[in-house]
Amino acid sequence: MARLKLKEHLINRDWCKGCGICVHFCPKKVLEIDSQEKVVAVRPEDCICCKLCELRCPDLAIEVVTEQPDQDDAGKDSITTNEDATKTSEASTTVSKESINTAGR
Amino acid sequence: MAIKDYIRQRYFPQMWCPGCGHGIILNSLLRAVDELGLDKNGIVMTSGIGCSARISGYVDFHSLHTLHGRALAFATGVKLSKPELRLIVPMGDGDALAIGGNHFIHAARRNIDITAIVMNNRIYGMTGGQYSPLSGPGKKATTAPYTTIDNQFDVVDLSIAAGASFVARSTAYHVLECIDILKKAIQHKGFSVVEILSQCPTHYGRKNKEGDAAQMLEVQKNTTAKLGSKALENDPTLIPRGIFVDIDAPEYCEEYDKIVQRAMKASQSGKPEEPLVNPLIQQSCVTQ
Amino acid sequence: MTDNINSNSVNDNNGIKPNNINNGIKANNIKFIQGNEACVEGALYAGVDFFAGYPITPSTEIAELLSKKLPEKGGKFIQMEDEIASMCAIIGASLTGHKVMTATSGPGFSLKQEALGYACMAEIPCVIVNVQRGGPSTGNPTHVSQGDINQARWGTHGDHAIIALTASNHQDVFEVTVDAFNLAETYRTPVILLFDEVVGHMREKLIIPEKGELPIVDRLRTSVRKGVDYHPYLPREDGRLPMSDFGAEHRYNVTGLFHDMWGFPSNNPQVVRELLHHLVDKIENNVHTITRYKEHYLEGADYILISYGSSARSAIHMAKNRRERGEKVGVLELQSIWPFPEVMVREKCANAKAVIVVEMNMGQVMREVKACVDNPSKVFLANRIDNKLINPTNIKTLLRIIQGRGV
Ligand SMILES: Cc1ncc(C[n+]2csc(CCOP(=O)(O)OP(=O)(O)O)c2C)c(N)n1
Ligand code: SF4
Ligand code: SF4
Ligand code: SF4
Ligand SMILES: [Mg+2]
Repeated sequence: MARLKLKEHLINRDWCKGCGICVHFCPKKVLEIDSQEKVVAVRPEDCICCKLCELRCPDLAIEVVTEQPDQDDAGKDSITTNEDATKTSEASTTVSKESINTAGR
Repeated sequence: MAIKDYIRQRYFPQMWCPGCGHGIILNSLLRAVDELGLDKNGIVMTSGIGCSARISGYVDFHSLHTLHGRALAFATGVKLSKPELRLIVPMGDGDALAIGGNHFIHAARRNIDITAIVMNNRIYGMTGGQYSPLSGPGKKATTAPYTTIDNQFDVVDLSIAAGASFVARSTAYHVLECIDILKKAIQHKGFSVVEILSQCPTHYGRKNKEGDAAQMLEVQKNTTAKLGSKALENDPTLIPRGIFVDIDAPEYCEEYDKIVQRAMKASQSGKPEEPLVNPLIQQSCVTQ
Repeated sequence: MTDNINSNSVNDNNGIKPNNINNGIKANNIKFIQGNEACVEGALYAGVDFFAGYPITPSTEIAELLSKKLPEKGGKFIQMEDEIASMCAIIGASLTGHKVMTATSGPGFSLKQEALGYACMAEIPCVIVNVQRGGPSTGNPTHVSQGDINQARWGTHGDHAIIALTASNHQDVFEVTVDAFNLAETYRTPVILLFDEVVGHMREKLIIPEKGELPIVDRLRTSVRKGVDYHPYLPREDGRLPMSDFGAEHRYNVTGLFHDMWGFPSNNPQVVRELLHHLVDKIENNVHTITRYKEHYLEGADYILISYGSSARSAIHMAKNRRERGEKVGVLELQSIWPFPEVMVREKCANAKAVIVVEMNMGQVMREVKACVDNPSKVFLANRIDNKLINPTNIKTLLRIIQGRGV
């Protein structure tokens, strides 16, 4: 699978309850809870589009909008999103293996 | 379709507490339905009473929010009367296995084509944190100030023993696995049970000092392991996840269709009917 | 619609309409069967196509017979794990657009109460047969009683309205069963058939009407087209709510919680108040159309026996006897018990010297009669509560005392 490119984090502030699940499990610490107890993407440039925040949000309040990667990048990096072990290919420059290992057993 | 197309958006934000695992299960379920590309008109979601049961109000399917414990009995009526409908029945742990325990085992015994989802937060969330038949011993609850002494059911073992033809377990934490299992369960012909460990940070978490929602999800991650994994082999105290049973077995509505065929044939051929009520023995025997 | 058979003549033939007898009836339309079987025949005539039940004496024959007859016409029968499940299952099946029924007796009727209230709240048409036996508790399974009259009215919790019908002979059991389905579909409500062990197990003649002879009401379905908002719980001006089958194009929510016009839970005080009024008014405001009764020798009666079910047979027998001797005794036979036909009863009893309620309980209908007549002190109770059918002599004994003629 080609690596997805982030367009934006679509956050529905009316629905977000600030539970912090997405923040806690984001492998790249992209998200934070703001003073109004809503989530914000503070480091979008670090996002690897694993979409675990979107999948684990109990309130359907966050969506990771992606676009197809440029032809050049296509196939270079690959991300297998897996909650047992979120892996990226060795080639990935932005993500180190350990940092995104949200591994459970 | 986007998953937002499967919900009744005007009722959002939903009523669950911040970080409630039931919301994650809703999220996973919507994705399973979306990935299967199911027709919304073909799905009936039946639920009972509890925080978990409120899930049926949020989905844009035909939805039947019923009585505490009785969702499967209602669902049986819906399914048998219109077998072409797909029945998804999410239930709380108390809903499914305390008050609804009898309906649960009998629906499994019939192997009627219904997908039962046990949203197991090991507590009565809606009524404020009393212990459930899935709490297990040594837990704190508002009705167990000195901790529980009741043993819990193992939903997987119980379902298998009762005759469910698809039995699986996952957690709110393991979303991808959960979506995958839900897809298989929904597609399975026969009675399928998916137990999904959920978190109730408001009551269970607070009473049992498991921390906030995220920390409770960490517990789900750290106390479970995939079937057949090394981790499970090394530590049998972990709760196994995965698909435990997936077999082909005669499905109730299909079997009933055969009865209909036979009955129609017999009545058309005009064979003499057996006397149904024998007037001689009928009044004389002692009945209760 | 009031079935007002004014049979003052001594030739009262237990409700079989004379024209039914003369109109060249086919032999296979004449049956000699149990009341429970007559109920099944009525249900089939009305179009029942789903039954869920759990065996219990003295209602079991209804389930047994339907387990055979329903699949013959492509319908469905299921024996559930208990009466609660049976009640829930028929509600589910009604939502997919089917005519549904369950049958039970005392203990089973108790178990059904919560789901019965659900059917009231969610406005689901369904028919519940209760072939009454002696209670409370397991009581006396094989013997007669009429002790569930009030339970039929108030067995489930909360304010609500209910329709309950009854009958004293098989022809009426048949017709009242058809009626029960018609009323359930008309008012979107559970309808209870309160039969009793004697009527259920007794054998007598039943003439099955030809198709078309009795009116059949089918459910009012919405004409709202696909893509247009359908409000499942927004009553029309006449109070009726057109339905949409589960599986059809309109997806909506059904709940036992107070709900808005979409069927979504609401605790808005106005929504709650209006819904409760709607649930009660749709039935209570139509008492006159729901009321069913029969008059036997009632014209100019000084002494009126009010009765229903198998006790009415004894009352009618007694009245016939008295009339033959020139005594002005008549019977007002109730066929609808809930909503209680207060106005009708008051009017019929206005000129009576005494009103005797004949029933097999400790005065459940008598209390209703006392509450609605002009002079409650002229209302008396002739009852039996020993699991035995009340007989004409039992009633006569009381009548003689009231008449001041000694025992
Ligand atoms: C017959 C009946 N008994 C009790 C209740 C009260 N009640 C509502 S929800 C509930 C338990 C909910 O627990 P669970 O099924 O585990 O669902 P959760 O709220 O935890 O999701 C109870 C006891 C009820 N509504 N109906
Ligand atoms: S998981 Fe959802 S609700 Fe919770 S903080 Fe993140 S976006 Fe908000
Ligand atoms: S998509 Fe993954 S990396 Fe990006 S914000 Fe969400 S959890 Fe973090
Ligand atoms: S009480 Fe518990 S189960 Fe109920 S919504 Fe809150 S967190 Fe969820
Ligand atoms: Mg629970």
